[in-house]
Order: sequence, then C-alpha cells, then structure tokens
Amino acid sequence: MPKDHGIGASQKRREDVRFLTGAGNYTDDINVHGQAYVHFLRSDLAHGKINNIDTSAAEGMPGVVRIFTGKDFEGVGGLPCGWQVTDKHGEPMKEPAHPVLAQGKVRHVGDPIAAVVADSLEQARTAAEAIVLDIDELPAVVDMAKALEAGSTKVHDDLADNLCYDWQFGTDTETTDAAFKNAAHVTTLELVNNRLVANPMEPRVAVGDYSRANDEHTLYTTSQNPHVIRLLMGAFVLGIPEHKLRVVAPDVGGGFGTKIFHYAEEAFCTFAAKACNRPVKWTSTRSEAFMSDAHGRDHVTKIELALDKDNNFIGVRTDTLANMGAYLSTFSSSVPTWLHGTLMAGNYKTPAVQVNVKAVFTNTVPVDAYRGAGRPEATFQLERVIDKAARELGVDPMQLRRQNFITSFPYETPVAVAYDTGDYHATMDKMEELMDIPGFAARRAESEKNGKLRGLGINCFIEACGIAPSNLVGQLGARAGLYDAATVRVNATGSISVMVGAHSHGQGHETVFPQVVAEMLGIDESMVDIVHGDTSKIPFGMGTYGSRSLAVCGSAMVRATEKIINKAKKIAGHLLEASDSDIELKDGQFTVAGTDKSVAWGDVTLAAYVPHNYPLEDIEPGLEETAFYDPANFTYPAGAYACEVEVDPDTGKVTIEKFVSADDFGNVVNPMIVEGQVHGGIAQGIGQALLENCAYDENGQLLSASYMDYAMPRADDIPHMASYVVDHSCQTPCTHNPLGVKGCGEAGAIGSPPTVVNAVIDALHSGGHTHVNHIDMPVSPSRVWAAINGQ
Amino acid sequence: MTKVTMTVNGKTVSGEVKGNTLLTEFLREDLRLTGTHVGCDTSQCGACVVHVNGEAVKSCTMFAAEADGAEVKTIEGMANADGSLSVIQQAFQDYHGLQCGFCTPGMVMSAAALLKDNPKPTEAEVRDYLEGNICRCTGYHNIVRAIMAASGQDVPAVAAE
Repeated sequence: MPKDHGIGASQKRREDVRFLTGAGNYTDDINVHGQAYVHFLRSDLAHGKINNIDTSAAEGMPGVVRIFTGKDFEGVGGLPCGWQVTDKHGEPMKEPAHPVLAQGKVRHVGDPIAAVVADSLEQARTAAEAIVLDIDELPAVVDMAKALEAGSTKVHDDLADNLCYDWQFGTDTETTDAAFKNAAHVTTLELVNNRLVANPMEPRVAVGDYSRANDEHTLYTTSQNPHVIRLLMGAFVLGIPEHKLRVVAPDVGGGFGTKIFHYAEEAFCTFAAKACNRPVKWTSTRSEAFMSDAHGRDHVTKIELALDKDNNFIGVRTDTLANMGAYLSTFSSSVPTWLHGTLMAGNYKTPAVQVNVKAVFTNTVPVDAYRGAGRPEATFQLERVIDKAARELGVDPMQLRRQNFITSFPYETPVAVAYDTGDYHATMDKMEELMDIPGFAARRAESEKNGKLRGLGINCFIEACGIAPSNLVGQLGARAGLYDAATVRVNATGSISVMVGAHSHGQGHETVFPQVVAEMLGIDESMVDIVHGDTSKIPFGMGTYGSRSLAVCGSAMVRATEKIINKAKKIAGHLLEASDSDIELKDGQFTVAGTDKSVAWGDVTLAAYVPHNYPLEDIEPGLEETAFYDPANFTYPAGAYACEVEVDPDTGKVTIEKFVSADDFGNVVNPMIVEGQVHGGIAQGIGQALLENCAYDENGQLLSASYMDYAMPRADDIPHMASYVVDHSCQTPCTHNPLGVKGCGEAGAIGSPPTVVNAVIDALHSGGHTHVNHIDMPVSPSRVWAAINGQ
Repeated sequence: MTKVTMTVNGKTVSGEVKGNTLLTEFLREDLRLTGTHVGCDTSQCGACVVHVNGEAVKSCTMFAAEADGAEVKTIEGMANADGSLSVIQQAFQDYHGLQCGFCTPGMVMSAAALLKDNPKPTEAEVRDYLEGNICRCTGYHNIVRAIMAASGQDVPAVAAE
C-alpha cells in the first residue's frame, strides 16, 4: 500500500492552493508605498568605448527622479565572483571588474549603461530615450577560438588576453598519454554544448526599500538564495552590514540556476532606494531577461576515448573551451571546472581521465550555472563518444557501457570524487525493461513503412549533487561554505515552524519538509509549516541549487528535529518521573518504555513554555533548536535513460516517440514531486537537444532575444503519456546523510540531451546515412536535413 | 485618460486608464488582481490569459479600454462559490500540474476555455491547444494529465508506487 502521510507519501502540495487561486505573492506583486520605477538603458552594441553619456535633456523630463551612470558607482564595489579557480600553472584566474553600471566600456549587448528612476515606468522609459550616448563601437569578440588568437581584440583592456584560466585536472599527462598509446582503439569527437537561456517563466524583479528611521535596507528579489545575495551585496558591493540589510525572496517563479547569482539590478535598486530616498522597483521584460540573465552551457569540446582490445575504457581526455561571457558571474568559474571535470569519469571505471578547460572572455552575456551546471556538459561528451565508439567497433552500446560500469562502492574516481553508492546495472535493467528493447525492431519496421527512420538512443549518467562539503570546495576555490541550516521552532501548543535556508521556487518544500518532521515526531503534517525566503526570519543558509535542498538543508532539519526530540524527552521524563533514557516517542506520545505511563506531545510542548512543573535547574524553558549541516560528501544520483525518435528524412524533422528514465535518487520522500522534477528536467533536456539555441551573430548581436526567436519546448514537443515513463524504483540510499536522499532536480536535464542525440544518429544510420557521426544541438530539422544531404 | 467600466469576476469595476494601458496592467496594478502574470513581451507565454466575454484572451495584448463593458474573468474568479477549488483547479493539484505556479493562472484559464469548447479533448488536442502557454517547470506532462482528468477522462493516478 502506498503511504498516505510522512516520508514516502505522494502528498498533494499545500502551496498549490494559493498558486491556483491567484493568491501567490511574487516579487512583481509587491508594491511599496511611494515607489519609483527604474528603466535601464542597455547597450545595443556588443563592444564599445564610452566617450560620453549626456543625461542633461533626460533629467528635465517629466517624472524623472534621478539618472544614474557608472560614475555614481565609482566608490562602490563590483559584482563579485564566488569561486576562484587556480589554473594549471598555479596562478589565480583573471578576475576583471564587473561594475554595477558600465564604466569606460560596454562589453555585451544588454550591458547596463544608465539607469533612469522616475515616478512611472513609462516616464523612465521615455526619459531614457533622451539620453545621448557617445560610444565608439569596437570589434566584438564572439567566437572562443578566435578570442584566444594572438592579437585578438580584448574584452578587458587591463588583462593580457581573453583567457580567464587554463585548467587541467585529473590524471597526469604522462599516464594519460600512455593509456592512449596503449589503446587498441581511440574514438574522437568534437562537439558543441549549445548556449541556453534558463528562462524561468517569472522574469527577474528587484524592489529596493530604505528606512531612514533606522538606516535599514530591504531588497525584495527573485532569488534562489536570499542569504547569499545579502552577503555578496552587503559585504562586497554596497558595504551594508548584514544587520542593516534584509533580503526577501517571496514566491519565486522558477529559477533553474539563473536566479542564484547576484545581479547588478539588485545592487542598483538597493543603492538607489537610499540615494533617492524612495523605494525603487525594477521588473525585467523578457527581452531584457535574454540579455541580462546569466546564460548556460556554451562549451566547445574535443573528447577522446581510449579502449583496449577487449573494449575496456582505459583513457578519457577532453579539451574544452568554456565561454564566460563578458564578466564573471557569481559561480561561473566553477561550472566548467569543479562541476564538470569531476564528473568526467561518468559511471565507468576508466583508470585515466584528464580534463583540460580554457575559460574565455567574449562580448556576450555572462554564462553561469543552468540546471545541471557542468554535469550535462560532462555527460553529453562522454555518452556521445561512447556511442560513437560502439558504432565504430560494431558492438552493442548497452553492452559496451555495462562492461565498463563501476560495480563496487565506495569508488574513488581519477577526478577527485568518491562515489558512495550506486547500482548502474540495476537502472540499466529497469530502463531496458520499461523501454521494451526487444520490441524496438518491430517499431522500427513500422516507422519505416511510413517513410520514417526510427532510432534508439540510450545514455547513462551520474551527477554530483547535494552541494557540497565545505572543506572540499574550499580547497577547490569556493569563497563560501556550502552547508545549510534549519531552525525548528516548536510553539507552546505543539505546532511547529521550521525556518530553512533552502528556498522553494517550484520544488514543493512547503509540502515535503513537513512530511519529514511530522514523521519524526509522529504528529500530523498540518501542525508543521516551513518558513523560507526572508533573511530576517531564517537562519543563514545557502539556498537551493545543485539538487541540494533535501540532502543538505533537509539534513539540517533532521538534526534540529533530533535535538528537539532529545530535549522533549527530558521534559517528558520529568513529567513522568522517569529517566529520559527510558522515554520513547511514538505517534506523538512520550511513553515510559514497558509501561502505560505516557504524556502527549502537546503536554510536553506546553510544559516547555509554561514551566510550572519543569526541571528548570537542568534545562532551559522553550523548545527551539537550530542545526547547521555540512555534508560529508556530494551525493551521486545516477540513471539510465532511453528514447526512440522518428526522423522524417525528407524534412529532417525529429519527433520523440518514446522516452524512459530509470533514476536512482536514493530514498524518496514524495514520489509525486520527484516525478514532476524529472518531467521538468527532461523537457528542458529535450529543449536543448531539439529546439533551444541562444544565438549571436559575428558582431555580438543577440539574435534570440524573445520567444519568437528562442524556441521554448511546448506541450506538443513532449512524448505522449502512453509512451513516457519516469521511474525511480532503483534506490541505493545515500550513505552519508540522515535521510539517504540524493537529489532529483537536475537529473532529467543531464540525462536527456545525449539520449535524444544518440537516438537521432541511430535513426540516420539505420537509413544508410552512415557518414553522419554527430549533429550539434539543437538537432533542428535544417541541421538534420543538411547532415543527411552531406551539407 | 478614459473611463472604463467592466465586470471582473462578477463585480462591476471602473477606472481611469490611458489609451495604451494594457488590460493586464489594469488588472494587476489598478485592481491589484495579481494572479494574472506577465512572462514575456511578445504574446507567446500565456501567463496572462484571462477570459473576456467567455473567450480566452492574452491580457497583455488587449488594451484596458477595449475591455470597456466586457465580462472579464481572472484566476481569482475561478474557484467555486464556497471558495473550494473548481474541478480544473483541483485536477491541477491532484495531478501535480504546477510547480513554481507562475504560468499556472494562464494554464488554468486556457484549460477552462478548451474544455468549454471541447469537453472531451484527446491528448493531442490538449497539447495542441496549449501551444500558446509556456511552462518551464512541469514538462507539461502533468498539466496535460490534469486537463484530461478534469474533463472526466481516465488518467493513471499520479506516482504509481
């Protein structure tokens, strides 16, 4: 029987009621009395030298409160990068200044040049049109390889070139070279991991407010991690101490990584609210989002796979160019390195793995973490090259993977991580069963009857989630700890508020977290509420990204709840005149073991707050505990995915006919929500594989700056119900966190792109187009048609 | 400024609007009905869908003045009279057809318009109808299931185990 409450139950989400009735409270729904509106005048050039910004005419326009330019921010810190990567020569990465408003140069289309604050948004926009810009256009650096050529135009004049860092990681060169020298077969593949835009449906918004009465700042913002924003903006940009700065991230309409980062608009609204002595509100348009939200992916890679005569993997070597864009966004430097290089072993026991990454500045929007962040890039390379190797060697791609699987745990990879647990054969078995692999031949024949080519693509993947052990990431250059925190506040009558550092922007924490606490205490879930998203209410936690909420913050919540139970047992022991070591907690009742003497949860909580009969000499009154939890290791969700596509050889159109995911997330608290997360990730992965592309022309003009140019997946791009299964029944619980959970938010986006592309290549080969070894994503009809026709 | 009067969720409301005030601005800023969302500037995403005289309309693409005299229904007016969730809203909750909730008002309004015209749509018809509504969280799977279930058709229960 499925559980109907607690851990493992598909509880319906309590947050749904407000979202379904229009009662959500998103940042743009917040209006502060007396607020002014800001419009950012953004660069329409990719690269230029600012000679003059003449705001004189604009300043006299109706409703204008004040106009700001880079000059107003000269005494203010730039936007910081949170991760210092050390290059292969032991040198720190290049870290150019990232001003709030452009100073001296504009470096990408969308770079903010001036900010007009006015009584209304329309007045601000109108006045911005009266600002006269004198900017000399400079040649734009767009292509990464060209950016690295000697003599290339420099994005940052104070740097020697456009190289941010040259990083090498994993097995040493001598050992790696030896593996390739001894190889019976080497498969090489060059590929692009296409630039994407995260596109949460809620555009970013910031509302700055300032109170003269007590010198306090409040920022309402669309963030996945309000405490991170408070620390970065307070300490590094504006110099506001934390106790004078409150950051609120209310209901947030999706994040997918791009709402992790600290953005110029947040700092601007906070700064301007004090400067203008008025609340200042900014709401991004979608076009602005395309040119100011950090983008994702954008890697160009050459990967080589060495196999011995028995088809065992003996070496992997990669060479990647990773686009940083024009400035270093908050966690940009960590994505192609520590979130990518560490996953290059995949699910395989390859003894030598060497990863080389050059990070490059270009005149494009900064690139940072997007759902999966580095792990989709790693998986895509590895699983594409394995598929190509299987084809070259004429072996079954599933068998080739299986024979190279890691099967004994814990397993230390050559790329610095230790997988605690997993069972890759189990997920592969489950995928094969659900996919009905034996029936594929008949389905292919049926497609061929209709003039279509049918392909089967499979893929295995692993992620490092539950980000992250602080001491480890500190050694790797992180400028922050990556623990999380929870405070469990038990009220006098037994209801509970849990203040958490994690932030829910679609993940359903308000439902899931109480399932855990209620189960631990044996009380009804309705007695437990979650508080999140307001630095004035929650303990210092690092927020939600990297599939970490339950694995890290949930663990903190478990630890805090354990402290509550320990203290409550002492109180119960006093009330029952027994030793607290004899007290058992079950179904919300404290009982003296082996007796019928018991006291209810509510009696104990009331005694804690009305301590008339209470061991005051031994313990303090009240019942509130906080725990900070720093994970001992990453978690390692893994899975096996498969899909079948049909390709129309006349048009190049690809349709996904069947899709199966078999994931191992460890223990699952709410299966319904886990499946929803996988559905969403797979849709984004299908989007990357078939539809989405953030495109620049050679002058650095952004060609895809609206939903008319950037192809978002729609409902009819996703497989129908009858041919779509997401499974998470293979469960090897995480060995180092109390819930045994691994995280599920990113799996779909990591596992699906290579699955789809592998299937397309298989389809083309079945039609005799055996010259097609790879098509870069998005695998659009025009690219498929061109590949088929040798163009 | 022009005076407009319309019925919104059964209540007569009036306001002074400029000629270029969009219906979505009037609903959100003047009436403070903030359940109607704005997710793009090009009439693609559908987060702003409301009903005007019974038809689904993207309220970012209609001037408030054009709605003078109209019957407008927003997400705030979709629940049953006793405040409980309507069949469609309930199905979205039952089938986990929403995550961050931002596209949800538009999805519910579009679903209601679809089922009014086509009470038993096929899955393909549902997917086709949602062409004008973008969701980034759910991958649409559970939205489609919710709409099929709301139309009284059999849909496998959520989360099999």
